[in-house]
Amino acid sequence: MNRNTPLLEVSNLRVAFDGKEVVRGIDFTIQPGEKLALVGESGSGKTVTALSLLRLVMHARITGTAGFLGRDLLALPESDLRGIRGSDIAMIFQEPMTALNPLFTVGEQIAEVLELKQGHSSVDAARMAIDLLAETGITEAQRRARAFPHQLSGGQRQRAMIAMALACKPRLLLADEPTTALDVTLRAQILDLLTALQRRNGMAVLLITHDLNLVRRFADRVAVMENGCIVEQGAVTQVFADPRHPYTRRLIDSRPERDVPPSFPDAVGHEPLMRAQALRVTYPVPLGGVRGWFAKGEFVAVRGADFVIPPGQTLGVIGESGSGKSTLALAALGLLPFSGALQVASGSWNQGAKANKALRQSVQVVFQDPFSSLSPRMTIEEIVGEGLRVHAPGLSTAQRQARVLTALEEVGLARAQFPGLLVRYPHEFSGGQRQRIAIARALIVEPKLLVLDEPTSALDVTIQKQILQLLQALQRERGLSYLLITHDVDVIRAMAHEVIVMKDGDVIESGSVEQVLGAPHHEYTRVLVAAAG
Amino acid sequence: MSSLTSPSDAVAAGPLSAVTVSLSPSRRAWQRFRRNRLGFGSFVIFCTLFVLSLGAELISNDKPLVARYDSAWYFPILKSAPETTFGGDFETPTDFLDPFIRQQFAQAGNWALYPPNPYHHSTIDYFAKAPNPAPPSADNWLGTDDRGRDVAARLIYGFRISVLFALALTAIGTVLGVITGALQGFFGGKTDLAFQRFIEIWGSMPELYLLIIFAAVFDPSIGLLLILLSLFGWMGLSDYVRAEFLRNRQLDYVRAARALGLSNWQIIRRHVLPNSMTPVVTFLPFRMSGAILALTSLDFLGLGVPPGTPSLGELLAQGKNNIDAWWISLSTFSVLVITLLLLTFMGDALRDALDPRKAQK
Repeated sequence: MNRNTPLLEVSNLRVAFDGKEVVRGIDFTIQPGEKLALVGESGSGKTVTALSLLRLVMHARITGTAGFLGRDLLALPESDLRGIRGSDIAMIFQEPMTALNPLFTVGEQIAEVLELKQGHSSVDAARMAIDLLAETGITEAQRRARAFPHQLSGGQRQRAMIAMALACKPRLLLADEPTTALDVTLRAQILDLLTALQRRNGMAVLLITHDLNLVRRFADRVAVMENGCIVEQGAVTQVFADPRHPYTRRLIDSRPERDVPPSFPDAVGHEPLMRAQALRVTYPVPLGGVRGWFAKGEFVAVRGADFVIPPGQTLGVIGESGSGKSTLALAALGLLPFSGALQVASGSWNQGAKANKALRQSVQVVFQDPFSSLSPRMTIEEIVGEGLRVHAPGLSTAQRQARVLTALEEVGLARAQFPGLLVRYPHEFSGGQRQRIAIARALIVEPKLLVLDEPTSALDVTIQKQILQLLQALQRERGLSYLLITHDVDVIRAMAHEVIVMKDGDVIESGSVEQVLGAPHHEYTRVLVAAAG
Repeated sequence: MSSLTSPSDAVAAGPLSAVTVSLSPSRRAWQRFRRNRLGFGSFVIFCTLFVLSLGAELISNDKPLVARYDSAWYFPILKSAPETTFGGDFETPTDFLDPFIRQQFAQAGNWALYPPNPYHHSTIDYFAKAPNPAPPSADNWLGTDDRGRDVAARLIYGFRISVLFALALTAIGTVLGVITGALQGFFGGKTDLAFQRFIEIWGSMPELYLLIIFAAVFDPSIGLLLILLSLFGWMGLSDYVRAEFLRNRQLDYVRAARALGLSNWQIIRRHVLPNSMTPVVTFLPFRMSGAILALTSLDFLGLGVPPGTPSLGELLAQGKNNIDAWWISLSTFSVLVITLLLLTFMGDALRDALDPRKAQK
């Protein structure tokens, strides 16, 4: 094939749901063997673009053309398109757990593609499925092929998905956020695998992502999407070096910046706000067999953590999912039973309900998901004012309302901007605004320590930066301490003074942020820092 | 700080215009319900019928609403007058269907305003022109039953009793179901386990045979029926409430409330309960229709309300015993079908209105 004929040529693609356009006339091309990244924040229409190429979006009106090997994908009859799906154009999804059928082994699912698309016999297909799995770097491919999706780890599942997508040697692979659901250390591996396979098979890849690190590492060219339009496209090196469009600039500029009060050593005169010694948290798990009738097993989520949080400083806790970092946060909040010593301000949990209630005023929390952390049936005034009802029951309605407004203003939600702010319900606010409301709810009782459990992971990058700036400003003004739980090295780098690294319930490394991120001792920390780029 | 107090996401996203009226989720669900014409129409019709039936005494009664006799005002509907008042011979309460009494009121200066249907559910017309059961006629719009009572009157009163009974049964069952489900779901663990075992044992009791036995032991009455059916009626709902509580209690807003120091009771009342009411509300109309059907079936079998009470089930039983008197079974059947249909349409519309996937729009 001529190098200059594009493999895929999309022009004036428009997708509309119920008359509302989400993709508004975009054009792009992919050359054979090229890696194009489609970047944008949530709601920019990037996933819909990919799905509409294979006409996999339901109840949508799709117009425009998508020429693929001389045929228009958008005009082909359904039966012809079915021949292209899976064999010429394959797709991998964000969440392999839901993209794989839980009732069949991964081997069967890969073999099915080979039988249907290439007419192999079932014996051949099963053998080829094992080869494909081995090619994706899964160890013991023979055994893994007989495993059900839930028996594999997240990374293995994503490898199986890739094996399935590549079964018919497609010319174009649509990869929709292929690494977002994976831990940071796995992301790099999957990306390297995709690069290797892409090079070997000479296929083109359309990578859909919100992660600029990924783009920089993987793609040849990049197209930036905002509100259903491509605002800028070009070679990766050129776009990153010299972004033209203000939105691209904002995206590239969205890496959080460090702007926190200087750290000071744990010296005299600074009584720590929280001090944990040999903090241990366990969950009961059912035991199998007859033994399980009489006793419960024990799963250790946090195995002996020691840390100190001085006033006005931030302790960052970093680790991948399942490392016990969120459990640590809940224990610090006194919401989980734990053993070991945990001193909070001047007291500790487990001193009876009354003492606990007083302590709660000094330790507050902000959660990850701004959608589940606000009760959908309460107004903003009720949500934010709730803490005052508990801790300052003497306030009159007017006084409480005034405090609520002050707290909201402090997090950047002024009544002038949002008429009727107090009587609105959470569904009327965007993710970033909801997170601000959650911060206001925590701040209104004037805590000394704020536990931040992945406060920005559910937000788009540009919003993430704003929320971090807000948190930094609050720390400077109020002298707040933070216990910051995150999987994101960039966030730690911007926010933390001290860091502890957790893996499988153990604290494997701790120290100042410069020391841990600058010269990591432990192998795992090194991988983590390297993966973040 | 100034750059931080005007976040660009707050400004740029700006989905809030000055004119939008802020609506709570339940208000929005109500608006979706109103937009469903079949469901909302059924709701209006059902409420109208129910309110009308509450005033059944004014619609269907054998006593005049107002009467004027010998220049004096009488309100027989409120205070019964002896027959001697109107020129009769006996001190007994006046039978206004008596041709003699009618004649008295036909005299100049005397008059009586009768309700639209001049029969009470217990009225036996001793002066009827046709033998009982009589087919529909100008006197008895839907005919009479085998004891000479007006079918239309018995349907109106029977509908009222059915709906009132269903409301009471639904209310008691819902309250019990919500309380038990909430306790199980919120506290989980051993509480949950104990309740679940109890429900399994309780639920495997043969309800119908218990009813038959109790009907034989005690005097049948509406109250007894209400208690017996309530004892078993709460279990279905408690499972749903339990599942909702199990889901909601581990959401972040509940954790945040705990971190704020709210007590269990405050968390249940302010956070978990309001967010767990969707299945409860959705099931209300279906539980109502189930309750009406249960009362009707028990009455049909003769295990329900005491004799003489106007009831749809008792009318159906009469219809079965008097196959030739088609008007009894046909009219009762129509009332029952229409009532249940209205409730089902309301239930469907409610379910759609509360569907979280539609709520997104």
